[in-house]
Amino acid sequence: MLLSRLLRSLFSLLLVLLLSVGYIATPTGAQEENNTFVGELVVFAAASLTDAYEAIAEAFEQEYPAVSVLFNFGGSSMLATQLLQGAPADVFASANVRQMDVVVEGERIATEPEIFACNRLVLIVPVDNPAEIESLDDLANPGIRLILAAPEVPVRVYTDTMLSLMAEDPAYGAGYQIAVLENLVSEEPNVRQVSAKVALGEADAGIVYLSDVKPGIADDVIALPIPDEFNTIATYPIAVVDDASQPELAQRFVDFVLSDAGQDILVEWGFISIRESDRSAKEESEPETTPDAVPEPTPEPEASGSAK
Amino acid sequence: MLRRSLLALIALVGMLFLSVPIAVLALRTFETRAWENLQGSVVPDAICLSFITTALTVVVTLVFGTPLAYILARWRFPGRRIINVLVELPIVLPPAVAGLALLLSLGRRGLFGPLLESADIILPFSMAAVVIAQTFVSAPFYVRAAQVGFQGVPRDIEDAARVDGAGGIPLFFLVTVPLAARTLGAGIVLTWARALGEFGATILFAGSLQGRTQTMPLLIYNILERDIDAAVTTGLLLVGLALVALLISQWLSHRPDDADPISGAY
Repeated sequence: MLLSRLLRSLFSLLLVLLLSVGYIATPTGAQEENNTFVGELVVFAAASLTDAYEAIAEAFEQEYPAVSVLFNFGGSSMLATQLLQGAPADVFASANVRQMDVVVEGERIATEPEIFACNRLVLIVPVDNPAEIESLDDLANPGIRLILAAPEVPVRVYTDTMLSLMAEDPAYGAGYQIAVLENLVSEEPNVRQVSAKVALGEADAGIVYLSDVKPGIADDVIALPIPDEFNTIATYPIAVVDDASQPELAQRFVDFVLSDAGQDILVEWGFISIRESDRSAKEESEPETTPDAVPEPTPEPEASGSAK
Repeated sequence: MLRRSLLALIALVGMLFLSVPIAVLALRTFETRAWENLQGSVVPDAICLSFITTALTVVVTLVFGTPLAYILARWRFPGRRIINVLVELPIVLPPAVAGLALLLSLGRRGLFGPLLESADIILPFSMAAVVIAQTFVSAPFYVRAAQVGFQGVPRDIEDAARVDGAGGIPLFFLVTVPLAARTLGAGIVLTWARALGEFGATILFAGSLQGRTQTMPLLIYNILERDIDAAVTTGLLLVGLALVALLISQWLSHRPDDADPISGAY
C-alpha cells in the first residue's frame, strides 16, 4: 500500500519532470498550475468514507500529479481525539457534526466546516440470515447476536437516536429498545468493523450506513431498510485542519470533494450527494437561493487566485 | 573517555525513550487525580473481567502447556524443531493476524464452527473467546520457559529418584516440577502479563462489550474518546500490574543459586 503510493508519487514526480522539460505537448494552464502543488496531503476521514475517499484521492491525484493523498481512516470520535492530541493532518472529514464540533472547539480547524455528503442507516444481516431477521421488529427477539459501533462513534449516535425514536412509538414501546440492547454482543471501534463481522457471519445483525454495503461485501449481507420516520440522515462535514502543511492544497481537496466529480464518486459509493439534498431543499422551500449555497463545480483556478 | 561518554549518552537517549512515556502517563494520572472522576461500573467491570479471564488463561496454559513443554524438552522425535517453531510462532504473530486466524478456525463460519454449533457452542463475542485469544498469544511464553526449565533438570536426579522407587506422575510432580519451579514460575508470570495486555486478537475474535468481553486494554481503546480519565487510570493500573509481573519474573529467573539446581533443591 505504502509502497504503491511511493511508486505512484515517484511516477508522478517523473511526469512532472517530463512536463517541465516540455517533453509532452503544451499542458493547459490549469494543469500547469496544479503542478505547483507537490507533496503529501494527510486526510483524516471517517471509516465509512474509506472506499469513496480512496476513489476520490485517485481522481484528485490525477488532477494534481505531484500530490499524494494519505489517509487515516477510523471512527470519527477516535480521529477527533487524535486531532485534539495534536496529530498532524491537513483535512478532517467526520461522519457527524458532533465530532467536527469537538475538533472545532479544540481549535484545530481552520475553515468553516462544510457538509459534503449524507448517508442513511440500514440494518444488515448475513446472507444466510441465521437468526431469520426480516425487519427491525425482529431485533428484539431474544438470543440475537447484534453488534453496533461503540458509543460516540457517529453511526452509534444515529442508531441510539433511532432506537429512542422507536421507543417513543407505541408500535414498539420502551421495552423494544431495552430488548434490542440486551442482544448487543459487541461494541466495535468503527462502523467498518461492524459490517465486516456481519459479512463474516459472526453476528446475526448490525446497523451500518447504506454506503457500507459496498461491492466488497454486497454478496455476503442482506440490507434491510429502516423506515424514514426513524432513520436520521447522517451528515458528513469536512474542513481544513488549522496547521495544515499546505492549507491551499488542503482547500483544493475540500473543494474537489464538493465538486461534481467528487460528488459523483460519493454517489457511486452509496452516499447521498449534497447536490441532491440542496436541490430538493431548494425546490421545497426557497426556490431563489443564492448560487453559493450550491458547491461550485470548478472552483480551482479562481479560488487560488483570490487566496493569493 | 570521549567514546565512553558518547556511548552513555546514546544509551541515555534509549533509556529515556523507553521510560518517559510511561512516566508521563503516571504523572498525568496523579496530577489530574483521574481515578476520582471515574463514573459508573465500566472500569471495575473491565478489571474484574481481566482478572477472571487471565486467571483462566493461566490455568489452561498450565494444563496444556506443561505436557507440551515436557515432551519438547525431553523426547527426541522427528519434527520436534518444527513443532517448536510452530508453538512459538504466536509470540511474533501480529495480534490482528492471530485474531483473524482464530475467527477463521473457531468462528461461526470457521473450520470448526459447524461442529461447535452442533454442540450449541458459539465462541465469538463470548468470555470463552477472550480466554482463547489470550491463551493463543500468551501460552508460548510459558511453553518456552518451561521447556528450558525441564531441560535444566539433570536426568541423574530423576534416575536417582527412580532407583528409590519413584516414577510416573509422582516423580514428575515431586522431583521434576520442584526443580524447574523457578523457571516455570517466571514463564507463567510472563504469560499472565502478556494475557493481561492482549488487545488485537481479542477485539477481532471476542469483540468488546462491557462486563462480557471488554477487558482493560479494550476498555482503554473504547473509552479513550469519551472519558480520558478512565482510559488513563486503567492504563496506569495495567502498567503497574505489568511492572510487578516483570519484577517477579526477573526475580524468579535470576537468583545466584539458580545456576545450581541441585543445591537449590536439596
